[in-house]
Amino acid sequence: MAESGTIDTSTVDTSTVDTSTGTTAQNGTRGVSRYVLRVIAVGYLFFLLVLPVALIVWRTFGDGLGPFVEALTSSSALHAFQVTLVVALWAVALNTVFGVGAALLLVRHDFPGKRLLGAFVDLPMAVSPVVVGLALILLYGRFSPVGGLLESWGLQIIFSTPGMVLATVFVALPLVVRSVVPVLEELGDEQEQAAHTLGASRFQTFLRITLPGIRSALAYGVVLCLARSLGEYGAVAVVSGRLVDQTQTLTLFVEERFQNFDQPAAFAAATALALLAVVTLLLTRLLRPKD
Amino acid sequence: MAIEVRDVNKSFGTTPVLRDVSVDVASGSLTALLGPSGGGKSTLLRVIAGLEHPDTGTVRISGVDATRLSPQRRNVGFVFQHYAAFKHMTVFRNVAFGLEIRKRPKDEIRRRVMELLELVHLERMADRYPSQLSGGQRQRMALARALAVEPEVLLLDEPFGALDAQVRKELRTWLRRLHDEVHVTTVFVTHDQEEAIEVADTVVVLADGAVEQVGSPSDVYDNPANPFVMRFLGPVTEIGGSLVRPHDIEISTEPRPGGDEASVTRVVRLGFEVRVELLVDGREAWAQVTRGTAEQLALAPGATVHVRPTPGARSLALTGA
Ligand SMILES: Nc1ncnc2c1ncn2[C@@H]1O[C@H](COP(=O)(O)OP(=O)(O)OP(=O)(O)O)[C@@H](O)[C@H]1O
Ligand SMILES: [Mg+2]
Repeated sequence: MAESGTIDTSTVDTSTVDTSTGTTAQNGTRGVSRYVLRVIAVGYLFFLLVLPVALIVWRTFGDGLGPFVEALTSSSALHAFQVTLVVALWAVALNTVFGVGAALLLVRHDFPGKRLLGAFVDLPMAVSPVVVGLALILLYGRFSPVGGLLESWGLQIIFSTPGMVLATVFVALPLVVRSVVPVLEELGDEQEQAAHTLGASRFQTFLRITLPGIRSALAYGVVLCLARSLGEYGAVAVVSGRLVDQTQTLTLFVEERFQNFDQPAAFAAATALALLAVVTLLLTRLLRPKD
Repeated sequence: MAIEVRDVNKSFGTTPVLRDVSVDVASGSLTALLGPSGGGKSTLLRVIAGLEHPDTGTVRISGVDATRLSPQRRNVGFVFQHYAAFKHMTVFRNVAFGLEIRKRPKDEIRRRVMELLELVHLERMADRYPSQLSGGQRQRMALARALAVEPEVLLLDEPFGALDAQVRKELRTWLRRLHDEVHVTTVFVTHDQEEAIEVADTVVVLADGAVEQVGSPSDVYDNPANPFVMRFLGPVTEIGGSLVRPHDIEISTEPRPGGDEASVTRVVRLGFEVRVELLVDGREAWAQVTRGTAEQLALAPGATVHVRPTPGARSLALTGA
């Protein structure tokens, strides 16, 4: 151990000597390579992101604002808007409650299976949304025991809003938890303990101490979750059955219009989605925890 | 008794942290929990507050068995070492917290909070946030916040631990005066024996999770129950197989009954005091004398002298030494 330690310091020493003797030469090559890197990065983003989005916007507004407004106010488009909003708001509400609860469990409590819960929370990051959709159909579909039972109570999950909410909840699950956990850890539990000794119940402590402490991180997580929910396609596509004017969300609307050669409507809706994304992105900028 | 801790045991995992701890704290007293780092002081304090549950044993507060009570219902004031200030609230709202939870009328809260802020000299800081206060001010705010709910007992975990030496000394004296004014039964944790002796009227020495001794400051200093307590409460040195306080050593040029011959190795002047380093029977020891004595005896390295414990001084025989 001691030997490798001395070798380490000697290599550090020679490298510092090197830089001090060859500064001017290195500055030159470093400047060029930095320039090349920048061009590559900008070019990469340009062809990947800026150009496609700009093209969509250009195609959308190519014939002025009129066709854009017209395409978005068709009854199918308005319905798709409505479905998207309903599904996203439910998903965000459920994920906020679950997210805060899970974060509190993971940070403040010790229990058997805690690591397993932590792993489960991250699962949606790894599983393809299509798989999520298929799994939900397997469990809640009309011909499965659970789905059949629920259907006999008049509750249809698959091919209807509850299933779409479930799918969206699943894919956006980690966002609130992962934004809140680090802040909760940093906050520590001393303030909460102090509140307890001053006579506050658990719930009062949560409302008056914990919640204000995680407020900005929570808001950040909620906005991320909202953005993810608005844009979700794969899982929702599978469980919704893509029923036009019934279970069609905005993303599904874009795809369906495009397949049916109604490009103006597809591009208009795509631009609307992109605008929503930009707004939420700006919101996350504003809400991102400072430190 | 304001607090009665009986036979408390507590382990974290397999490590015992408190072992058969029994402590009584008299009503209105100011008690110090003194001991080395990791000795279990904070844990004992947290057990009293209900923030930690003992594995066995009981805690009674004002005669009521509180062992199973949640901290919320114990009515204790707890001041954390790092203040645990509510960061998103002003000083006023911090202090008002307990009263707001108890749903006291607004004007009563206002009056009581301002009274307390005056008591801790923070009346002009009421609208500031904790981040705008110095460490000492935050500490006093935490104290006012704990006092606001008129607790049965006040528990302070290393109240001055995170402050610099100067502020520490000021706050110490101030805490003593505050206690004389407010009279609430107070237990504070410290690993600084000087702090315990200066401020407390009872000292509980805790080491390795067990109570070593309980007594008044002069009791534990002058009549330590064992070598550990003696060592922990002040400087010690060893002569003739006994543990002695260095200021209880008599140095003379002539042999005296019960004395040992010693040679002076070094003389260090520390202002008024002089530290005399000695070699007694080949063992190192030291004595603390006044400047006058040192000059009168003309102590210098190489001199041969005779040393013995001052008659009547407390010394502990070291068995096996
Ligand atoms: N939550 C915990 N989990 C596990 N071990 C703990 C926990 N709290 C304390 N301990 C252990 O218990 C022992 C006593 O801790 P405690 O904090 O009571 O000591 P202390 O006397 O207050 O020390 P210090 O002066 O350093 O604050 C230590 O060995 C510590 O590592
Ligand atoms: Mg401690």
